[in-house]
Amino acid sequence: MPWGRPRISPEAASGLVLISPTFIYALLLLATPIAAVVLLSFWTQDYLDLQRTLTLANYQKAWSEPIYQSLMLRSVKISLLVTVATVLIGFPIAYYIAFMVPPRHRPIWLFLITIPFWTSYLVRIFLWKVILGYGGVINGSLVGLGIIEEPLKFILYNQGAVVLTLSHAWLPFAILPIFVALNKIDRSLLEAAEDLGDGPVRRFLHITLPLAMPGIVAAAIIVFIPTIGDYVTPRLVGGPNGLMIANMIEVQFKKANNAPLGAALALSAMFVVTLISLLFLLAVRKYLRPNQ
Amino acid sequence: MPDNDVAPQPIIQTVGVDKSFGDVQALRSISLEIEQGMFFTLVGPSGCGKTTLLRVMAGFEQPTTGHVIIDGKHVAGVPANKRPTNMVFQNYAVFPHLNVGDNIAYGLRSKKMAEDLIRRKVSEALEMVGLSGYEARPSHALSGGQRQRVALARALVLKPKVLLLDEPLSALDKKLREQMQSELRHLQRNVGITFILVTHDQEEALTMSDRIAVMFSGEIAQVDSPATLYQRPCSRAVAEFVGFMNFLDVRKLDTDSGRVEIEGLGTVEIGPRQAPGGFDGEIVAGVRPELFTILFDGEPTAERLCTGRITELQYFGDMTYYEAKLDGIDRTVTISMRNTSGREVLEVGAKARIGWSPESLLILS
Amino acid sequence: MMHRLRKSSNWLIAYVGVFLLFLYAPALLLPLFAFNDSSVISFPLAGFTTQWFAAVLDNDPLHRAARNSLIVALSTAALSTTLGVFAARASTRYEFPAKRGMLGLVMVPMVLPEIIVGVSLLVVVVQLGLSLSLLLIILGHVLICTPFCTAILGAAFQGLDRSLEEASIDLGRTRFMTFVLITMPLVLPGIISSLLLSFTISLDEFIIAFFLTGTEATLPVYIWGQLRFPQRVPGLMALGTILLVVSLLLLVCAEYFRRRGARTMGRQEQGGFF
Repeated sequence: MPWGRPRISPEAASGLVLISPTFIYALLLLATPIAAVVLLSFWTQDYLDLQRTLTLANYQKAWSEPIYQSLMLRSVKISLLVTVATVLIGFPIAYYIAFMVPPRHRPIWLFLITIPFWTSYLVRIFLWKVILGYGGVINGSLVGLGIIEEPLKFILYNQGAVVLTLSHAWLPFAILPIFVALNKIDRSLLEAAEDLGDGPVRRFLHITLPLAMPGIVAAAIIVFIPTIGDYVTPRLVGGPNGLMIANMIEVQFKKANNAPLGAALALSAMFVVTLISLLFLLAVRKYLRPNQ
Repeated sequence: MPDNDVAPQPIIQTVGVDKSFGDVQALRSISLEIEQGMFFTLVGPSGCGKTTLLRVMAGFEQPTTGHVIIDGKHVAGVPANKRPTNMVFQNYAVFPHLNVGDNIAYGLRSKKMAEDLIRRKVSEALEMVGLSGYEARPSHALSGGQRQRVALARALVLKPKVLLLDEPLSALDKKLREQMQSELRHLQRNVGITFILVTHDQEEALTMSDRIAVMFSGEIAQVDSPATLYQRPCSRAVAEFVGFMNFLDVRKLDTDSGRVEIEGLGTVEIGPRQAPGGFDGEIVAGVRPELFTILFDGEPTAERLCTGRITELQYFGDMTYYEAKLDGIDRTVTISMRNTSGREVLEVGAKARIGWSPESLLILS
Repeated sequence: MMHRLRKSSNWLIAYVGVFLLFLYAPALLLPLFAFNDSSVISFPLAGFTTQWFAAVLDNDPLHRAARNSLIVALSTAALSTTLGVFAARASTRYEFPAKRGMLGLVMVPMVLPEIIVGVSLLVVVVQLGLSLSLLLIILGHVLICTPFCTAILGAAFQGLDRSLEEASIDLGRTRFMTFVLITMPLVLPGIISSLLLSFTISLDEFIIAFFLTGTEATLPVYIWGQLRFPQRVPGLMALGTILLVVSLLLLVCAEYFRRRGARTMGRQEQGGFF
């Protein structure tokens, strides 16, 4: 070859050939469509016609109009609440399985935690509506026990119901990474801490928690980002004040037939969650050093 | 090309083999000739390139430059599955999902051989390694030593021209390792196949091999029989690696007459055979521990004498290893003595008369 | 101190009990309403009936949706596991330029809201003037399942001793036969896990399917449509119960085979499907 060509070893070539089907698939069906969404977000919808001149109009709308602003803020708030709730609720469970369940029973416990999720996602959310509803399980029992006279109306169709239902749905995804991190902790480290005079609380704060951080961070990211995109839960249990940005995206793409605005909303939501996640990762980066 | 047709054709030959991985050069111009029917050992410290050389022979690595000739044929570009070599892996690589019989038949089955012939060969191979009747055993139920035998049988049943063994004994405990050493040696003599063994254990190399190649950092330092390697190492590095060697400084050197003055021992005349590397460079004198003798009362005197004081000792039952500080210099030497009857074991602090002979000296650089 | 420790672990056990109740609340209600003789989903319960199950068995649109979902889930499982094998093998066995970047792109859907995948595929389809179909749903599902398959299979390939494959080649087999005779059987538990997980994810996936459904609905899309009609809800409870039982049976079977496989290979028992 007269010109310089990057030298690729036979091994690297085999690796590239092997990964290419999967990579090309992701390139064609993920990267390209997302690029298309980005492009679309700079176009505008004029009733049935698509105006293909590039403009920031959709973003202007998405970021300035109160309805989108409040939806965005509420979605981020709900996602954050769900993230905090799943990590807080899930951590003790992961801790229990990792430290108090004998090793040979651990797989069964992990299995136990996922059983409720082996049925339809939609049916599960609907059942929360049944539990929380006017004639539902909670109101029924409270009335039956004579604690209240009239069924409570404020427990369904609000943001609290959305947070509760989403937290329930995402709990296994939070427990599993935390469990993996806790399970990896060398037990002799804990014994050493105790041997050096740490009490249970100090030991937990100085040894267990820092070593579990990678799992906690993974759990937070795994729950936080996808939650912003859920539109089934807000629709079923959220009521008018519990809707989230994904509901609006869906409306724009379907009923309102304004795909460019929907695209701008979707990308804005992605941008916001990615930014928050990156800031979060930056803040906790000192716990993520792979030096354990 | 060969102008001496008396010499037997080498079964495997490497010519100027270089191998680098990125910036790391693992092998530097390795040229070796290994004769048919030898038990040949590649020995060296870890990272010296011995396993890489074995894998180049097997066809798992291609040399960067140079080539390999097996049974007179160039094998450049020939993959491992087309070479007349077979390998016993360090961890044996016994297929865990196949039973013993299927493991051994694995290579035969790719040769479109009749099933009853395969069965016969498998049972012969198992008999050869002392595992008769083990065909149906699941391989996970085998002990380390049994795995080793299955790996051996699996390779030998294919009747390779060369059997390559990559540290096959390193995972076994001491007793089993010693037993397998002698079994391997017997097996090699019986089947007559060339064995090439890689090990970092110089003792293992000495006890098992017909010929040994010592390797340091990608290069071959010396190729010789075990006795020659031990008695006439070509360099200080080889002498240090193979067995134990006492080193003493050379004070004065007269190249013409071969007279050298050695600290603590005085002046001696060195024959050419005692300085295999010549007198160039930084030279030292080397003496093996067993070539010093502590003279007890009533034993015949030695050719030359010096005196010293025992500073340390290790007692092994049949042998005692002494550390002795030689009078007049600030250095201790190690002396090994066989505890034959009547010989007392000296105590630390005792004075000793130490005998040696000028022929036992080596000049090394 | 020992006393305090005992006490705190008692609290933890009590917490685990409350947690399990919370976790299982919907799953426990499901069979109650599925067998409840009332078309209204509320307490008190009205009596035992199997009519909702009979309704499920005699419902053509539902059967059609179930058939569509099976087609989608089976294709997704096969495709995403195949793509996962390629990616996992490449990532565990080879070093090559831009490896991290390429794998990163493959793994992105794991932390991408599903609505983004649905929207972006919809945009492309609309722009290209294609029509919505089950195939499109399969493509979307493969995209979100491949990262999970790659992760599971990556762990399986990682645990594979490289010298086993070298030994097979050394004994005269080709690379292809080595893959068939040695590699595949040894990573089979990983492949089964991967198939099972991607099948389950796809079977239950609603958000992407909802965006990409044309005339043929998948089961979740069908259920979504039915949730608007209160009289249909008891039938959905029966359907949910059937799904739960079937997937549990499937999981128990798969776990049984995984353990048997692990036993014949003499591996240490470790982990489950996760």
